[in-house]
Amino acid sequence: MSEKVIATADDIRRALTRIAHEILERNRGADNLVLVGMLTRGAPLAQRLAGIIASLENIKPPVGNLDIGLYRDDLSLRDTQPVIHRTDIPTDISDKKVILVDDVLFTGRSIRAAMDALIDLGRPQLVQLAVLVDRGHRELPVRADYIGKNIPTALSEQIEVRLKEIDGKDEVVIITEGRGQA
Amino acid sequence: MRPTAQREGAPPLSETIPEISTSVWKHNHILDLDDFTREEIELIFVITDGMKEILSREIKRAPTLRGKTVVTIFFEPSTRTRASFELAARALTADVLNITASTSSIVKGESLLDTLRTIQALGADVLVMRHSQSGAPYLAARQVNMSVVNAGDGAHAHPSQALLDMYTMRSRLGHLKGRKVVIIGDILHSRVARSNIWGLSAMGAEVVLCGPPTLLPLYMNEDRARGQLPRVTVESNADKAVENADAVMALRLQLERQEKGLLPAVREYVRYYQITQERLARAKPGALVMHPGPVNEGIEVSPEVSHGANSVIEEQVTNGVAVRMALLYLLAGGKKH
Repeated sequence: MSEKVIATADDIRRALTRIAHEILERNRGADNLVLVGMLTRGAPLAQRLAGIIASLENIKPPVGNLDIGLYRDDLSLRDTQPVIHRTDIPTDISDKKVILVDDVLFTGRSIRAAMDALIDLGRPQLVQLAVLVDRGHRELPVRADYIGKNIPTALSEQIEVRLKEIDGKDEVVIITEGRGQA
Repeated sequence: MRPTAQREGAPPLSETIPEISTSVWKHNHILDLDDFTREEIELIFVITDGMKEILSREIKRAPTLRGKTVVTIFFEPSTRTRASFELAARALTADVLNITASTSSIVKGESLLDTLRTIQALGADVLVMRHSQSGAPYLAARQVNMSVVNAGDGAHAHPSQALLDMYTMRSRLGHLKGRKVVIIGDILHSRVARSNIWGLSAMGAEVVLCGPPTLLPLYMNEDRARGQLPRVTVESNADKAVENADAVMALRLQLERQEKGLLPAVREYVRYYQITQERLARAKPGALVMHPGPVNEGIEVSPEVSHGANSVIEEQVTNGVAVRMALLYLLAGGKKH
């Protein structure tokens, strides 16, 4: 197995700053925005985006965490069942502009689950998707509105986003299975 | 109700995302808590937190157990346990079938095993069972390939009740380790007490059992000596027992089981064992008052205490649904093994 860093802490910081600007540009400010981070690693990313937005505008949008475990379509297929964590969104999302935040966009199935989970909480005015990495290989018609970095990958490769709040440091790595075993 | 006031943002990650994995979970059935580890109980607590959020919504429903069938079969009367399991199953979109022994073919003489096989043939995934015979759910678990949840068997065990009691204590007291929990009443006939002893001990709480000597099984001392029961303290003086307690749990005085003359008079019980303001004053300030229900008004707990600030009796009922959602999720929400 080999591991290669494809984005450093600085790269991540710059990507998030750009995404924050894009969110403000597209939505003409921070009015009525709610940032919702998908657990686990979407949560600190949403917090950081809200922090950057607060430093640019004079409003800090509310930030929440969303657990999608109960909405997954692969519960009967996975070897380990996901732990269900508490969804915690500090405001009613009805008629709000919800920015859904995740670390990696891959098959699109998590986003499908997240949208179902969100709709169960209320009827947002709109939902936009921000991801740090888009690695391709969609299995559902899902696309991101804001992308930190496009990383073309092979299905056999793994992308891991590591964040200070959880992993002690910021980086994105690509993990390739060592080829050929005896 | 959903909070509508805006807060500054979510609490820190370490609080919202406890590091735990479902790989600690080893159970196909939930029969008692005697074989549960601390990690498994912690996992149930974390998932229960998540389920409480679902129950706080206007539409209390998630699609997780779509296509799964939960059957409840009760050979003994019950209001809250059965309703609680049913609501839990429905909140996760399972199909629910309730069978009441008194209106089923059991009255025609169908044996327990035949009844269970019939339920299995109907395609149930989880069987929630209450029976007056201790051990009946164990028999069921051996004979069928559904997951069996013991919703109370004789005087033996009532694991989901103990888990909701413990969850309620943990959500009020922060943690259970080192907490002093006093269980007062008819310990002899109490399956709730037995399951709580196992669970609370696994979590490192200090358990004190208190009741009239005739309702306080002496064999518990012997079982304990033989290592068949965790460390508990037995104290028949209620004033002494509640000294410095973090939680005081009153058990229902099972009036229907008091014909054997184990209790001289209910009035005497009330005088020596009722949880009153004066008795509660000996516990820690803010100590929790609990009761598994149904309450005999004015017997186990005085009215002003049972409706007072220390009482979490209603919270126990509410938490019961969330705890049972977590149990159903862990039993039926994943891959079939």
